[in-house]
Amino acid sequence: MLDSPPVSRAVEERNRRMLRARDAMDRGYAQPLDIPTLARIACVSEAHFIRTFRATFGETPHRYLQRRRVERSMFLLRESDRSVTDICFDVGFTSLGTFSRTFREIVGQSPIAYRRSSAPVPGAVPTCFTMAWARPSSFGEDGR
Amino acid sequence: MDTKSFNAITHAHVWVLDHQEALDFYVGKLGLEVKADYTRGGFRWLTVGIPGEPVPEIVLDVPGPPVMDEKTAEQVRELVTKGATGVVMVLRTDDCFGLYERLRAKGVEFTQEATDHGYGVDCGLRDPFGNQIRILQPKSWQG
Repeated sequence: MLDSPPVSRAVEERNRRMLRARDAMDRGYAQPLDIPTLARIACVSEAHFIRTFRATFGETPHRYLQRRRVERSMFLLRESDRSVTDICFDVGFTSLGTFSRTFREIVGQSPIAYRRSSAPVPGAVPTCFTMAWARPSSFGEDGR
Repeated sequence: MDTKSFNAITHAHVWVLDHQEALDFYVGKLGLEVKADYTRGGFRWLTVGIPGEPVPEIVLDVPGPPVMDEKTAEQVRELVTKGATGVVMVLRTDDCFGLYERLRAKGVEFTQEATDHGYGVDCGLRDPFGNQIRILQPKSWQG
């Protein structure tokens, strides 16, 4: 019931704006989301946005988005029979080279090898839960 | 052996940052109803739930003294506003697509549009503080 102190209030409002930008990545990963767009959603300057996002969530927005896209591509590789090229563009990558390189770097194997080695997640697990937990972890790695 | 330990979930708890703002959202926008609202001294017991359903009641609670010191309350508020409290509730409906449109028109902040996932249609939203809520229309519920 107490009013929050002003400093704390400012932090909370900043967190909430960063969360809004992160939600936009989770929702709009398939679109060409760039830093100016995300900074606008968070109502801060571009330089400030990258720094603040990293301080809030422990990785840069670019890395967060890459991992979301890779997670969604892993989902499609497991659960659909779309081609790797189609999946690459479905999840928002604009070149197959970047997709393959990023995928291998994050997952440790190629998209094709991943598809061969993976079984679909049982239908009883809600997609929102899979999406939250199956995003390859970035923690322990220096955010890029 | 056959005796059940429990027979209902009657209450669950959500941290909010402000009671009035919580009411504007949970009652004014989502359409839940106030089940209990009792203020005494420094505390307020405020719960909401599905209109006409006795349980569960969701306790809308503001972190702070004397339950916890101001520093701890600040940490709780940090976690809530970062979206780190997880999915605080899943609400069931029999018309997820329609509800999604109606709530969007009221300015509710959605994290995921209504989507058919096979097991049912669901969508995701945040309360004004950062807590995540899902709305689910399970397939078996569609008749």
